[in-house]
Amino acid sequence: MVDVRYDIAFRLYPYEKVPDQDLPPKRHPVVIVGGGPIGMALALDLGRKGTPVLVLDDHEGVGHGSRAICFAKRTLEIADRLGAGQAMVDKGVVWNVGKVFHGDDQVFEFNLQPEGGHKNPAFINLQQPYFEKFIVDEIRRAQDDGAPIEIRGCNAVTGLTPAADHVVLTVETPDGPYRVEADWLVACDGARSPLRDMMGLSFEGRVFEDNFLIADVKMTADFPTERWFWFEPPFKDSGQSALLHKQPDDIWRIDFQLGWDIDRAEELKEENVRARVDAMLGEGVAYTLEWTSIYTFQCRRMQAFRHDRVFFAGDAAHQVSPFGARGANSGIQDADNLAWKLDLVIRGLAPERLLDSYSDERVHGADENILNSTRATDFLTPKSEISQIFRNAVLALAREHAFARPLVNSGRLSVPCVYDGLSLNGPDLLEWPKRTRVGAPAVDAPLGESHLLDHLPEGFTLLCIDAPAPDLGAVDGVPLTHLSLSAEGNPLLADRYLGDAAGAVYLLRPDQHVVARWPAVSADEVRAAMQTALGKDAG
Amino acid sequence: MTLNLEPNIPDPDGFYDLLLAAHQGLSKDESDALNARLILVLANHVGDVDVLREALAAARKRSE
Repeated sequence: MVDVRYDIAFRLYPYEKVPDQDLPPKRHPVVIVGGGPIGMALALDLGRKGTPVLVLDDHEGVGHGSRAICFAKRTLEIADRLGAGQAMVDKGVVWNVGKVFHGDDQVFEFNLQPEGGHKNPAFINLQQPYFEKFIVDEIRRAQDDGAPIEIRGCNAVTGLTPAADHVVLTVETPDGPYRVEADWLVACDGARSPLRDMMGLSFEGRVFEDNFLIADVKMTADFPTERWFWFEPPFKDSGQSALLHKQPDDIWRIDFQLGWDIDRAEELKEENVRARVDAMLGEGVAYTLEWTSIYTFQCRRMQAFRHDRVFFAGDAAHQVSPFGARGANSGIQDADNLAWKLDLVIRGLAPERLLDSYSDERVHGADENILNSTRATDFLTPKSEISQIFRNAVLALAREHAFARPLVNSGRLSVPCVYDGLSLNGPDLLEWPKRTRVGAPAVDAPLGESHLLDHLPEGFTLLCIDAPAPDLGAVDGVPLTHLSLSAEGNPLLADRYLGDAAGAVYLLRPDQHVVARWPAVSADEVRAAMQTALGKDAG
Repeated sequence: MTLNLEPNIPDPDGFYDLLLAAHQGLSKDESDALNARLILVLANHVGDVDVLREALAAARKRSE
């Protein structure tokens, strides 16, 4: 039997018996375990590239409950590359204004008003089930176009045996167990990752002794579309901090920090949740409770995200506090990073060593997220008397003095990871602009009525801006597509890609990160940089 | 820039008076809060993180 661990919001992949269940184990190039946002995004990416992929999920669809609600611009750009971005932005709530309160008083207000020339907003709020559904919808469309993606619902992996050049999985189903072989296995099976346990891998870091109560309430109240955050909130029994944030469908996320020593069952009783929400929203506000949950969190990661033929991605590999929206957003960057590497290695176009760079680059990203989210947590929940004194001193000063506002940390919101100084990077022969340096993801810019990222082709791209393109259409069998543009009359493109240079050539990876850039370049130089990005450099 | 640990306040006794006067009539908690605010105000004025690191080290040394 397969255990039911949660309720389903959208039943998208009901169990169906497949012939493989009665046959000797079949070998698959890639098996992904876990059909959450990370596993599905990876499956979609691989399938679009034509690499066959099998997703095993122990449920029959997307889990109920809003969970991750805050999706960052980079995530939307990745979703756009995969064809699922527009549906998310259309459904999501765009927000820019945040207010920070201490007790009854407003400390300050900030505006994330994104700079011009980007297709996507800085953030949208969207319930996780929608996010996942839009990716699965896109998988269905891709399947119709022939993408070799297969999803098997109610298939729970209960055993894993590594072999020399593959792994063997035991899969439990309503019709009993069967076995599946995978050349490469990707564990996207969440924070409690059963695969991680099966492999006996440790998961170390800081556990924060705190409980947070989430209440999603549905109401047609007249609150503005803003993020309101309270330190030491004034409403009764609301704990150390509280958050109010809007989602689609007239749903509001309310978050209370309850402390460590609580009775979970008691706190989750409807009358107790309602007492807190009533105190926050004020008398006479009618609402229904859509979803409640109590969560704790850790800031930790695995030592390495690749273990021979097995990769770990998303919460299975790393966890952070929710402050800063760095959970799902960083997991999507894992998928973005791994897909093209696996695809090229499976096609025999890149050495297996390229796959080690997945771990190096995403460990780097996880460390950045853990550092930021640990710092935010230390500010939100002072661990000593003196840290509480300093925290409140910052809040007191921030009301009057601008200098103290950058010190207020209610979560540093997710920004894309830059792979500074890592092994796939080629030369950076432009000093500016810093934001598009080697290792950074390409920054969006306006292009006539559309935007730059929409014009980037799949695969490796040579972006030539007011610079001649060298004659090079492929490197060692890996296609290289040229995109030649002019920054004349396009000051934002010039500002983001040229700085003081008259022209520039950028080599971009399939995940849109910058491999190398030059004021002008020869075919040999591009070839060398691309070989570096394919993991072909010795040592 | 390096941290100046030589005498730099023209009227030391006058400054000391100011410091104590600022705490006049405050409870221990209020004084602790004032000190924290003062540290943050001064640290921002200094700005240079190397100098701040040296200052933290100099202050910390006395308690070890």
